[in-house]
Amino acid sequence: MKILVAVKRVVDYAVKIRVKPDKTGVDTQNVKMSMNPFCEIALEEALRIKEAGFAKEVVAVSIGPSQCVDTLRTGLAMGADRGIHVEANSSFLPLTIAKILRSLAEVENPGLIFLGKQAIDDDCNQTGQMVAALLGWPQATFASKVVLDNDKHVATVDREVDGGLETLSVDLPAVITTDLRLNQPRYATLPNIMKAKSKPIKKMTLEDLKVDIKSDIEIVEVTEPPKRKSGVIVSSVDELIDKLKNEAHVV
Amino acid sequence: MTRAVLLRALTKNKFVASNIPRSLSVTNLSRCISTLILAEHESGSIKAQTVSTVVAAGSLGESSTISLLLAGSGSSLHEAAAQAASCHPSVSEVLVADSDKFEYPLAEPWAKLVDFVRQRGEYSHILASSSSFGKNILPRVAALLDVSPITDVVKILGSNEFIRPIYAGNALCTVRYTGSGPCMLTIRSTSFPVTPISADSQSKKATISQIDLSKFKEDSVSRSRYVGQSTQDTERPDLGSARVVITGGRALKSVENFKMIEKLAEKLGGAVGATRAAVDAGYVPNDLQVGQTGKIVAPELYMAFGVSGAIQHLAGIKDSKVIVAVNKDADAPIFQVADYGLVGDLFEVIPELLEKLPEKK
Repeated sequence: MKILVAVKRVVDYAVKIRVKPDKTGVDTQNVKMSMNPFCEIALEEALRIKEAGFAKEVVAVSIGPSQCVDTLRTGLAMGADRGIHVEANSSFLPLTIAKILRSLAEVENPGLIFLGKQAIDDDCNQTGQMVAALLGWPQATFASKVVLDNDKHVATVDREVDGGLETLSVDLPAVITTDLRLNQPRYATLPNIMKAKSKPIKKMTLEDLKVDIKSDIEIVEVTEPPKRKSGVIVSSVDELIDKLKNEAHVV
Repeated sequence: MTRAVLLRALTKNKFVASNIPRSLSVTNLSRCISTLILAEHESGSIKAQTVSTVVAAGSLGESSTISLLLAGSGSSLHEAAAQAASCHPSVSEVLVADSDKFEYPLAEPWAKLVDFVRQRGEYSHILASSSSFGKNILPRVAALLDVSPITDVVKILGSNEFIRPIYAGNALCTVRYTGSGPCMLTIRSTSFPVTPISADSQSKKATISQIDLSKFKEDSVSRSRYVGQSTQDTERPDLGSARVVITGGRALKSVENFKMIEKLAEKLGGAVGATRAAVDAGYVPNDLQVGQTGKIVAPELYMAFGVSGAIQHLAGIKDSKVIVAVNKDADAPIFQVADYGLVGDLFEVIPELLEKLPEKK
């Protein structure tokens, strides 16, 4: 079985972002970029499944400008077998990304597609669900545990939902999106980083995949959220209670 | 030409869509918004986040019809439908899909159901709450309809213009939907609070219709099956709608210690929250996690004990009216957002609070 994993290059989770003064977006120049944390978890899970003997190959795919190749190299260093870079010079809506992944799935025929549940830049949480819809496959989103049966026909997935944990059983091929507690991604070791340099990364375009760009959403502007009034430090529990009661009126 | 006259003309003469000048096509003509809401229900009543979604739908434009779509099976479904019909005066109709296929809300049959219902009614908008149900299902429906959805809407500026948070809420993005399909949204319920309804509006009941599912084709062999769930049965208020939330971080150090947080929450009539670190460490179950990828809360009072204030946690609490932080570390980032901060040991502060706080009103 082959596993396809989509990985996105995003602003690093620890960076304090700045909104551009012209309100066209967030400043990403000279800012640290990394693989989206949820995508790392997705890749890690795919690698574990391969290491357990359930999959023969893990293919990482990234869609975006040439710097995506760095993200793919990190994925290859973690252990993916090969990478696919779909070139795109503008950022696409999740629906277009989903169509690209659908086309790739039709070529690669994976038994599983793993994605992070959301990207920490746009926080959309849509792409995995859309890929599943376009392929007509079952979906198991917000996964915190994935167990494959020995015949690789069924995945039993625990999902993090509002009320707690829900367990689903899905027939393969299926799309799984990963949540935080699914696993702890490995660090790429130096020998693996070196090995990764010779693993292949195939370049593809939207024309190759016969995908039309969907643009039914326009960004009007990007702004800063309203700032909270700065607070005060109190010096005792008595003072705190007094303020909560008589100033804030919340107790 | 009035809309009614044009509509009659269209249905009578079976105009081909491409013959209609764009400015007169039905979807563009209406200032009339028709919204379908994917409703959630439990134990015979509509969930609070669905009612918030109704409030949001009401602000899409003047003159709108709101249809609530309920699916499930058995008596609790029909109880929920009855309750839904009077859950908010803005609801025009309740559509009920009764079938074993919907006993548990799986994305695959639900998405097909929404498409099925949509084909029978002209909806300009399709909404769901951005709960785990809505987030799981709505994007799947959107892809089936070839529509880009807008998820986690916090403000509605017009029937096609919305604001949503990005970068863990550190930026707000105003977007405009320009497609020809229905406008599809998930709504952040803390941004659309439900105001108590006056007695006269409560008497308004929406119509309840059973959907004829005889032509509903879903794969006879389902490729996705519900196996089970583990949920906390608690009398404490729901995190997403509680007036008070008391949160503990990893500094609580143990499941036992977390009971102090619970005691404080109980004293104040509040809900218990936790940081990712506390959940990862196993002190509390995952449904208590507050943050960018956990629950978003907007209580009147948010108290954080032993919480450092990581960007991802703050994303979940920014709309709280009053934020209180207690932490031993005076440099903890949480103090930058707290309205009241107390630098101290939570193991001393919490017992003192328990002793001195007035009982909840």
